[in-house]
Amino acid sequence: MRCNLYIMLCASAILVSNSVAAKDATTSLVLVSTQMISNGDSASPDAVSESAIIEGEKLYKRRCGGCHSLDSNRIGPRHRGVYGRKAGTVPDYKYSKALRNLDAVWRDDTLEKWLANPTAYVKGTSMGFRLPKAAERHAIIQYLKSLSAHPRTSSHSE
Amino acid sequence: MLDNTLILPSRRALLSATGKTLSAAAVALVIGSKIKTASAADASQDVQILNAAIALEHEGIAAYQIAATSGLLQPAVVDIGVTFQGHHKGHRDILVKAVKTLGGTPAEEKSLGEYAKDLKASTLKNQTDVLQLALGLERGAANAYLGLIPALGPDFHQVAAQMAGDEAFHAAILANALGEPIPKNAMMFG
Repeated sequence: MRCNLYIMLCASAILVSNSVAAKDATTSLVLVSTQMISNGDSASPDAVSESAIIEGEKLYKRRCGGCHSLDSNRIGPRHRGVYGRKAGTVPDYKYSKALRNLDAVWRDDTLEKWLANPTAYVKGTSMGFRLPKAAERHAIIQYLKSLSAHPRTSSHSE
Repeated sequence: MLDNTLILPSRRALLSATGKTLSAAAVALVIGSKIKTASAADASQDVQILNAAIALEHEGIAAYQIAATSGLLQPAVVDIGVTFQGHHKGHRDILVKAVKTLGGTPAEEKSLGEYAKDLKASTLKNQTDVLQLALGLERGAANAYLGLIPALGPDFHQVAAQMAGDEAFHAAILANALGEPIPKNAMMFG
């Protein structure tokens, strides 16, 4: 009886684990496919599909929307145009000293480090929020990049 | 008064520890029966993050104030919103106490007008608009707390998780009021 229960628990754990892994894999697959498509002859190497950007927008609202908006400084600074901007330079936002002193421009590599572990990248920052899934970081970065490259009005209010 | 058991080092002890005379680079943090240590740098980092959380709570309190006085909500909905606002005030009080005890200065709130502008309150036309705004903020707050737990010192993990739980509760009520279906998949937040 106890043995059967143990087997059932193990099986459940494997199912849960596989389910989570599958979800991550699916997200990664979509993004990888998007990148492969974007590397075709007719698209620039940095091009990202509209569907990937829409996915990034959804994730942005869910993961970042508690503190950030595109056009308002809230808990954190506004994000429209953040890609390509020097860190700590939105004029009417009060940054931590750590961010003001950071010599970096927000691009793929810097945003990747920042979103993965902001307090490790910039000690003393007030942003503690970490985004552990690489696929989610990538999608959000592509969304923010799209706003800088081609300013667009969000389909939802911010 | 809130019954919070979070006990932190005395402000004097921490302030002296963060000065030039800091030799041991550690201060005792007492939570319940557990004793842990944290460097002054860790405490300073915690102050920064806790202050961001205070700013989040200030915004939440203001949002419910704007909603309650908007004239767009039914009286029963106002009552619920005011109750939720009370929870956010409770969070704010706990966080302010923690920051002060760590020797920091708590983040100040903005004016109600500034919050209204930041949240685009002028675009709210009916009760559904208000509830959707509240839902977005509550979901975001739940995710924000869950996402910042690893960056906080271990002594604050539990209280941040408790606050995330409160925000998730609010979000569930609001989503239900808006008629949103129950999510099919687990791990809805974080």
